[in-house]
This record gives sequence, C-alpha cells and structure tokens, in this order.
Amino acid sequence: MTVLRTAFFALFVRPVLMIALGTHVRGREKLPVKGPAIIVANHNSHLDTLTIMAMCPLRQLPLLRPVAAMDYFMRTKAMAWFAINIIGIIPISRGGHQQGENPLQPCIEALDRGEILILFPEGSRGEPEKLSQFKKGVAHLVKARPETPVHPLFIHGLGKALPKDSFLLVPFNCDVVAGEALFWTGSVDGFMEILQGRMAELAATLHIAPWD
Amino acid sequence: MTQIQQFFSTPVHIAIGGIYALLIVASVITYTIRRVSPGETATELSKRVVSWWWMITVFTIAVLTTRVVSTIFLALVAFLALKEYFSLIPTRRVDREILMWAYLAIPVQFYLAHVHSFGLFMVFIPVWMFLFLPARITLAGHTEGFLRAVGTLSWGLMITVFSLSHTALLLSFGTKLGHAAGPLLFLVALTQFNDVAQFTWGKLFGRHKIIPKVSPKKTWEGFIGGLVTTACVAALIGPYLTPMSAGLSAVAGAIIAIAGYLGDITISACKRDLGVKDSGTLIPGHGGILDRVDSLIYSAPVFYHFLHYFFGVWSPQSL
Repeated sequence: MTVLRTAFFALFVRPVLMIALGTHVRGREKLPVKGPAIIVANHNSHLDTLTIMAMCPLRQLPLLRPVAAMDYFMRTKAMAWFAINIIGIIPISRGGHQQGENPLQPCIEALDRGEILILFPEGSRGEPEKLSQFKKGVAHLVKARPETPVHPLFIHGLGKALPKDSFLLVPFNCDVVAGEALFWTGSVDGFMEILQGRMAELAATLHIAPWD
Repeated sequence: MTQIQQFFSTPVHIAIGGIYALLIVASVITYTIRRVSPGETATELSKRVVSWWWMITVFTIAVLTTRVVSTIFLALVAFLALKEYFSLIPTRRVDREILMWAYLAIPVQFYLAHVHSFGLFMVFIPVWMFLFLPARITLAGHTEGFLRAVGTLSWGLMITVFSLSHTALLLSFGTKLGHAAGPLLFLVALTQFNDVAQFTWGKLFGRHKIIPKVSPKKTWEGFIGGLVTTACVAALIGPYLTPMSAGLSAVAGAIIAIAGYLGDITISACKRDLGVKDSGTLIPGHGGILDRVDSLIYSAPVFYHFLHYFFGVWSPQSL
C-alpha cells in the first residue's frame, strides 16, 4: 500500500499540482521534520490536503495523517478505501458522539505513534478564501499531549482553483506560508487565540487578489 | 572534433554557442563582484545569473529538439504567464468557467501558429475570443463587475497568449523561410540581451530618469545605451540567423529595443496598479514569469510583423 501511495503522490498529485497550480512555499524549513507534530491549516478546497502532503518529502508520506470527517469521507466504500489507504486519513466523527467517548482518541493514538497530523480547525471548507472561526479540537489535542509542536500553515489560492461544490479545476498560482511552531500554553481559549492570530499574521504576508 | 564541427554547422547552433560564451563571461564577472564587494546586490546578481543558466538551458533544449517540442514549450510559457496574470488580478468567483475558456484558447492559438495559419491566427483571439468571452459572461447573467471582468480578461489574454504566441508563429515562419529557429533566436536573444544591456548601461551611467512614476530605475542613458548595443549586435548576427541584411537587422534590433522597453514599463504599470513588486516567484532573482517575458510581450508581435512585412507572401519583394 505504501508503494501505491507513494506512486499516487509522486506520479499523479505532484505533477498535476505543479503544472495546474505551481505552489510557492515560504518557510518550508519551519515544517516538522519528524513526528509527533500537528500541521494546522486553513481549509478552502479538497486540494488543501493533497497540496500539504505533496510539498512534504516523499519519505515522510507514511507519517502524514490528515484528520477528516467520517460522515463525509466514509459515504461510499470506494471513497472510504481511497481516503484511508491512499490519502491515509484518520476518520473522526463530527458532533453527536456517544457519551464518554473522546472523538479525538484516534488522533492522540496517532501522535503517540509519532505521526504528523494535518488538521483543519475551520471544520469544513466553508466560504472559499475566507478564514472562519477555528474549532477548539486542536487545543484539546495539545492539552492531552503538551509536547506536540503545532505548525501553522496558511494557504491561499486553492479555494479559487477548486472551491467547494465544484469539479472544475481552474489553474491559479497558489501560496503556502509556514509559521513558527506553537506549543501548549495552559489554556484552551488562550491557545486558540494565539493560533488564530498567527494565522492572520501569515495571511497578511501575502498579496491576496480580491475574489468576489 | 568532427562532432563539435557538426554541432556548430548551422548559424542557430553557433549563436547558441555564443550565448553560452556570454553566460560564462557573466558568471565570471558576477563571481568576481561577489569576491571583491560581497553584499545583497552581489548575491541578487549571482542569483539572477544562475537563473539565466537554467532558463537558457531549457530554452536551448526546447529550440534544438523538434519544432513540435519548441511550440509546446512556448505554449507552456504563455500558460504560465496567463496563470500568473489571473492569480494577480481581482477576479470574480462566477468567472471561473470563463477563465477556463481563456486557458483553452492557448492550445488553439499555438496550433494555428504551428501550422502557420496566418489569417486565423490573427483573428482567433482579437476577434473570436474577444466576442465570445463577454457574450458568455452575459449569458451567465452576472452584470456586477462586468466591465472590469471583460476588460481585465481580454487584455490579459491579448498580452500573454496573443502576444507571446507570435514567438511560435515566428518559428513556423522562420522554418518556411529556410532559417529554422533563427528568427526566433534572434528575437528572444536580442530582447533579453537588450534588457541586460539597458540594465548595465543604466547602472554604469544612468542619471536622467525617463518615467520615474512607473519605473524609477529606467534612465535615458540605459535606454539609449541598450538600443545602440542591441542594434550593433543585431547587425552582426541578423544576416546569419534571418533573411535580413545587416542594415535591416540593425533596424530590427533598434525596434526590438524600443518595443522591449515599452513592454517592460507596461507590465511595470500593471504591477504598480496591483500593488506588487514582482509578478510572481517562479524565477529566483528575476521574479515571476511576467517579469521575465514583459519585454517579449511587445517585441514578439512587433518583430514578427516587421519581418512579415518584408518577407511575407505579400512582401514588396514578391510583388
């Protein structure tokens, strides 16, 4: 399966993203080189996950685990197979979980295995190219594993190339800016505030063409 | 030895050899500058020269293989330029499909260039795409921001795809004239050479600014120095690479210098309006692709039509 996964990224995802999007990464050296770690990014498009995974070195691929909503990605068998085996997602249930069960448990286990989680705290892809309020799951996760570095990543352009509810991939240049890693601060709200602020700072470093 | 002789058997190959000789000289100079006075300018300069090595090597491979490969390469340059432009300008979400139509014009336009279908080539974007895009936007029913959308899309398609596709047309025209990639090499090498010459003359003697509001670094000294140098080099290489005489080549060189300058400042004005310094980050030390082909956007159509006027089917000679 690792072979299939590597082949999918090396032979398909990378060339397509390179030609159609031409991702420009700034601060690549700030990305995690080993797990456990969490990459936190804003979410505009299905391409977000693929772009983040494609810009990491191929040998890191087995460590990368995007956290995704179970209800969306596990709808059909084929999709579930692809999401779990090729993309390597950790499916979690959004809302409505049974009492006494921690929905983040699979994520904590992955961190304990030394993997690198990819998290989108905006929840769903939402309005393209607009940063919405972050959900607090990531803060609870670092509270449980306080040694884990959280790497903020701001992505621009993918929401224009392939927004929610569209299947037409329109080429646009895309920018990714990685920021300094954050650590647990002692409070969930305080952590979220710092994280959200860091994301806004990263966004401010880019030229963002109006998109209405 | 015979292999080397064989390689340099055509003017195009000799010219490419000459370009590499210049590149080696430039590398030695920048290395010396870095040694003598290290600093940010020196680092920037050597980054530029390293990028030149890459660009010239890719261009050389594209030009020396087959004409199909060359044309695909030139189409790819136009695609990257159009993508960079669309990423820089304000766009509307509803126009995503329209942008896709604009991208699809690239293969059509470059095919027409490849087969040297002169008439269709000349009308496909300025007439057909020009009429089609606004009609399609209208049929989609979004009138808010209509003028801005139509204006920016049409202009972008013209400056990137239409203008730059003249390079491919020049290639097929050159082949028809029995000079293969000669005229294309003449155009591209002199356009880029003029950029460097203008920059160098400007750095050395530049005092009087031409248009400080748009491009504070452009001076009369740089412009005229570049023009004269380019015209001289054109007179030397033109008779080998093109059907032009030395005199006509010098005129063509001067025209390329002027057009190149205008292309440069036009893209500068565009970037200034958008509030960006560089159009992108594709080429280290140079900026984006538009930063590199800005001069070519003007010089390609101007030089093509200059050459076509004298050597085309209805040229004075053939009448």
